[in-house]
Amino acid sequence: MNLKVEKKAVSAAKPCAVKMAIRDATKYYHTRSGAVHALDSVSLDVRESEFLCILGPSGCGKTTLLWSMAGLHPLSSGEIRLGDEVITKPNPEIAMIFQDANLLPWRNLAKNIELPFELKRQPPDRKMINKLLDRVSLTGFENKFPRELSGGMQQRASIVRSLAVSPSVLLMDEPFGALDAFTRDEMNLLIQEIWMETRKTIAFVTHSISEAIFLADRVAVMSARPGRIAEIYDIDIPRPRPVEIQTQPDFIKRVLQIKSRIEHGKGPATGLAIT
Amino acid sequence: MDKALGDKIPEFNKKPQAGGVGITSASLGLGEHRTKFEILVIILVAVVIVGGTEASLIVFNVPQYVFPKPSQIIVALFTEWVYIWPHLLITLYELLVGFAIGGSIGFVLAAVITQFPFVEKVVTPYILLLVTTPMLALVPLLILRFGFGSEPRIIAVALASGPMVMINSATGFRRVDLAKIALARSFGASTIQIFTKIRIPMAMPMIIVGLMVGSIFGLLTTIGAEMVGGAEGLGNRLTYYSALIRMPQFFAIILILAILGISIYVIFFWLGKRWASWEA
Repeated sequence: MNLKVEKKAVSAAKPCAVKMAIRDATKYYHTRSGAVHALDSVSLDVRESEFLCILGPSGCGKTTLLWSMAGLHPLSSGEIRLGDEVITKPNPEIAMIFQDANLLPWRNLAKNIELPFELKRQPPDRKMINKLLDRVSLTGFENKFPRELSGGMQQRASIVRSLAVSPSVLLMDEPFGALDAFTRDEMNLLIQEIWMETRKTIAFVTHSISEAIFLADRVAVMSARPGRIAEIYDIDIPRPRPVEIQTQPDFIKRVLQIKSRIEHGKGPATGLAIT
Repeated sequence: MDKALGDKIPEFNKKPQAGGVGITSASLGLGEHRTKFEILVIILVAVVIVGGTEASLIVFNVPQYVFPKPSQIIVALFTEWVYIWPHLLITLYELLVGFAIGGSIGFVLAAVITQFPFVEKVVTPYILLLVTTPMLALVPLLILRFGFGSEPRIIAVALASGPMVMINSATGFRRVDLAKIALARSFGASTIQIFTKIRIPMAMPMIIVGLMVGSIFGLLTTIGAEMVGGAEGLGNRLTYYSALIRMPQFFAIILILAILGISIYVIFFWLGKRWASWEA
């Protein structure tokens, strides 16, 4: 049934090249209290240069799906492909942006941004880094340590860290979840602008319905225990989308539509925020 | 009005200072900011104690062999220095070599063992046994086997400091932050890179605590071992001067030991400030 819904959604949209293909991704975690069924044959295409939001309540397997796409942990069955390549380990084409920025507290901002280059044993691309720092208004903060920066600045630094290595896919795991509402709006605008400028393929995990609609070309709604794709919504609102759009009747209608779908579905809707 | 709150700015969201374990400047006492007045009072207290001791020893006419005057101790330190400093070098040599051996073994063991939870669980009780048993007790036995040279003392120092370094470093290495490891892995880090770029820096505050406690245990053991047997080292000088009732010289040695201890503290304080201040 899930597959059917997805196929309908795919065929309704314009034909686009598939960047990442997830096929029957299933994942069990083996814990002391038994196996946890985190993903149940999830099939999903991430299209070239699209902004895909994966929306779902906490514990629905969004992060598990994203980590599998990043090649950070293996699936129990099924496969994830980037082009023709099956993802079994981290791929240089894919960069991840984590919750709470995930900067290393013992490194200053410049050193944090150079980390990926260090790990790849490459000289840091100074031109690129400076351009990006300027783009996110962090020039002049290179010597600051993460604890000296605000949450928004930390997350901006982590965006620079990921973009500096020129990936073609960005995987974002509730990156703005810990920020206050104002900073969050700013960050959503920034990531929209960056996406419009770079046209990277972005898979963005969130539990906020309005954040998903605000950012996405398509919203894939997941249900929990086990994690499944329940529905995919096309969001055809023209860009650039201003923050105020979230108070427009059309936008609110979309929010309520997704919300009611989640409430009528079998999956528990608890933990889903409208904001 | 609550006096404790006074003029404090209400910032409730600030995380509390990392408690206890870390080598924060606060836990070491040195880094706390002191005003000029507070520094003045600290110096004044020293002057009062030293001067007061000097004065009362003169007033009550206490003989030198009971308690020497501070001025006599300072004089003894300078006049006797040529005889003392070879012993200081020997003590330092034993301490440094023993600590280097024990510390590096402890560090490597901690790094390896924490990667294997089963091994760690089996080994930890024995390490704890080594930490809690005073290694000084082994010195007579070691002297029987290795003679009166530096070797038994170096071994005792290594045995005393190694487990301390190990148990603290292991605590540091056990603090795994999955997100940080995933971050490095997502950029293609190898297992060795994750170790050098993530695990070691993350464990660094506890490693430095281990090194500090280990080196102070090492100093204790060096002096104790020198007092037990042999004819060299500052510990030996303590027994020597006290046997001859040469109290100014005896106290001069104590002064040197105090300076040694403080130096160790200061060295690790600065190391902590350089490598582990991010945790404060």
